[in-house]
Amino acid sequence: MSKPRFAYYLAGGCAGCDTSLIDTSEKLVKFLENVELMFFAPTVADFKYKDLEALPDQSVDFGFFSGNVRNSEHEHMAKLMRRKCKTLIAFGICASLGGIKGLVNLFPQKELLKKAYVETPSTDNPEGVLPSPKVTVEGKYELDLPVLKPAKALDQVVEVDYYVGGCPPSYNHIKWILEKLLSGDLPPKGSWLTMGKAVCDVCPRNPIRHGGIKKRPTEVKRVLGQMPEDVCLLEAGYLCLGPVTQGDCSAACLRVNVPCRGCGGPIPGVRDFGVKAISTIATAMGSVDVLKKIPDPIHLFYRYSLPKSSVIKPKE
Amino acid sequence: MKKLVVEPITRLEGHGKITVFLDDKGNVEDAFLQVVEFMGYEKFLQGMPMEEVPRTASTICGVCRAVHFTASLKAADQIFSAEPPPAAKKIRELLLLAHHIEDHTEVLYALGLPDFICGPTAPPQERNLMGVAKKLGKEIVKDILKKRFSAARIVEILGGKPVHPAAAVPGGWAKRVTEEEKEEIERLSDDLIELGKVSVELFKEVVLKNPEYSKLLKEESFNVVTNYMGTVDENKKVTYYDGTQVVVSPEGKEIIRFTGKEYLNVLAEKTLPWSYAKFPYLKEVGWKGLKDGKDTSLCSVGPLGRLNVSEGYSTPLAQKAYEEMVEFFGGKPIYNVFAYHWARAIEVLNQAELIKEILKSPEFTDENVVTPPRKVTGEGIGIIEAPRGTLIHHYWTDEEGLVTDANLIVPTTINNGSIQVSVKKAAKYFIKNGEVDEGTLNLIEMAHRPYDLCLACATHVYPGHYPTNVVIYKGGKKVKELRNY
Ligand code: SF4
Ligand code: SF4
Ligand code: SF4
Repeated sequence: MSKPRFAYYLAGGCAGCDTSLIDTSEKLVKFLENVELMFFAPTVADFKYKDLEALPDQSVDFGFFSGNVRNSEHEHMAKLMRRKCKTLIAFGICASLGGIKGLVNLFPQKELLKKAYVETPSTDNPEGVLPSPKVTVEGKYELDLPVLKPAKALDQVVEVDYYVGGCPPSYNHIKWILEKLLSGDLPPKGSWLTMGKAVCDVCPRNPIRHGGIKKRPTEVKRVLGQMPEDVCLLEAGYLCLGPVTQGDCSAACLRVNVPCRGCGGPIPGVRDFGVKAISTIATAMGSVDVLKKIPDPIHLFYRYSLPKSSVIKPKE
Repeated sequence: MKKLVVEPITRLEGHGKITVFLDDKGNVEDAFLQVVEFMGYEKFLQGMPMEEVPRTASTICGVCRAVHFTASLKAADQIFSAEPPPAAKKIRELLLLAHHIEDHTEVLYALGLPDFICGPTAPPQERNLMGVAKKLGKEIVKDILKKRFSAARIVEILGGKPVHPAAAVPGGWAKRVTEEEKEEIERLSDDLIELGKVSVELFKEVVLKNPEYSKLLKEESFNVVTNYMGTVDENKKVTYYDGTQVVVSPEGKEIIRFTGKEYLNVLAEKTLPWSYAKFPYLKEVGWKGLKDGKDTSLCSVGPLGRLNVSEGYSTPLAQKAYEEMVEFFGGKPIYNVFAYHWARAIEVLNQAELIKEILKSPEFTDENVVTPPRKVTGEGIGIIEAPRGTLIHHYWTDEEGLVTDANLIVPTTINNGSIQVSVKKAAKYFIKNGEVDEGTLNLIEMAHRPYDLCLACATHVYPGHYPTNVVIYKGGKKVKELRNY
């Protein structure tokens, strides 16, 4: 039997997903021995874009797409990857839900650019020049840049077969995924590739796992000062999003005493992570009023999924 | 007039690109390295509680994430006026050192050294980690990767996750280190000392002992003469987490010393419309354009910048390696771009030795890891040395500690001008009479790789592998196409 063909592309991400893939070390080496690597850019290997383009459509078995879609180049590549790959996997929370980098959608592009290229105190730009898609330097050198757009999750551009949460997915989770791919043991299309537990289910602090009950938090606390060990952080008022987040990270943050911020993606059945997180926290606190006490709820509830929010629309 | 243009095709994929323009004789007139992505953190962090920023800002780059994390955390200390207790400082410093090692290793073995190990004009398909494995042996490379993971594992133990660390608390650290964890770190750190030694030796073996390559190290065309910046301790030795920022002139004379907010008197950034990365320069000299030489206003940072501003390293093995290197070049400052890789290898050794020193300190496992916040000051600046050079995070907040404004200057941006000069020099050196082939293309690329190949922070791309795509036009007609990806 011929080996399955594999492709990987990083778009508007930070390469943390790639790094995490590399962190699977020996597992990755084994995986690569078992697949035919067709494309991997722009990291790790010097594969050529034209190599991907030259492949027949639908000839790659598994394509991983990491990072969100933020400009014209990413968009082009998303479409190309979709065309070439039988199974396209949104790898990491940027590709799945837009990621932290999706927070750009809180502001119009113009304001984002003005801040970075004109207004910051170290910038020397009295003429207010902005980077521009087409520029002629010294009247003769023509140069162009990709056009910026509001951030999108991959499935807002092309159809996606599977989603993987995590910023980045933990290397143990990736090892599990690589095995699933090789054995062909995959859930129905459209699913998240997850071990199916919430962060709370794998959290060593969960009182229910120790036969106790979760108490209602009575105040809203920020991550300042000495962090409590052992107790449930949500109970203690730290607004941990563990109850609504996939726990393929083994509750990594809770093990170092900080609350979950939701990078794992939503537990099954949830369409809008932010809405679910808000209702869960409000219910836990026993009142919607508590939401008013949360400083900056958008950066908390939609930190990783703003582009997929059904209530907040991107500014152009 | 016939014009020959070397121009990359765009709108494909890629996060950075080089365009070289040729005159009608086919010689280089100008060259541009463009950064083609833009993130906008300075704006979209607005509104966020400052204590949440480190976990968020680390995603500026997944390769050098721990540095954005640490720099913004230092700024958060000031905003909540809480000086971290000794144990927390040591934990942060150790995390930063381990992160440097893991990052430097990746740059050396996966990205920089393949040019030398596999040959600068080897086909691009072979010039990578796989090619290195073929040349040096699979076992050696596996061993290097395993030792590199030891560094990543240390980041995981201390920060909760190996990629984006989580354990940030202003004024300290969210978790103390247990004795068992310390023992594991101790075991892992033995690997790192070995890794440092191997890296320095390998550089000497592969580059210095090869006459063709050691010639490149002494080649004028690969000298980029600029000011240099780095962070030093009270003995003028290279340091990473905390210290004083020093700038030396192209002649190597100390011209500026600064800490914290004073950076605003030292650096300014020019916006040019053809790149999403700005072009920092020394305010004192004033903007002189993208030129190197005696009166340049450009400033370079990174392993070579640190080496040039300092009097070496505070640890014995690294210091010895440093002396050898300075002797090879016959003194300082060292301008050769490939010297970055050498300094990088020495730093791995230095950082591993520094980790060993921290582990000796009994404070490391102390239970007190947080100073409670006092009043909100509304402003904080964190400056640290990232693998790629000096990194500055500056935040303003309201009285609740919610971010109202931010200013970030990342090392790859500081190097932006120097990289342009380096690429142009290499292009001029290698392209003569319009003759260009794939090998030439890589030689040009080799001139930016030592800066860490990485427009990581400026472009959030994995170091060095942003694709370069070159198309040659003659009289407006495409005659040749070259791609390195
Ligand atoms: S999901 Fe996180 S780690 Fe992955 S690319 Fe996005 S920001 Fe980076
Ligand atoms: S809410 Fe957070 S701290 Fe509490 S059990 Fe769930 S994951 Fe753990
Ligand atoms: S605990 Fe939550 S925020 Fe932390 S890694 Fe897991 S899913 Fe992500």
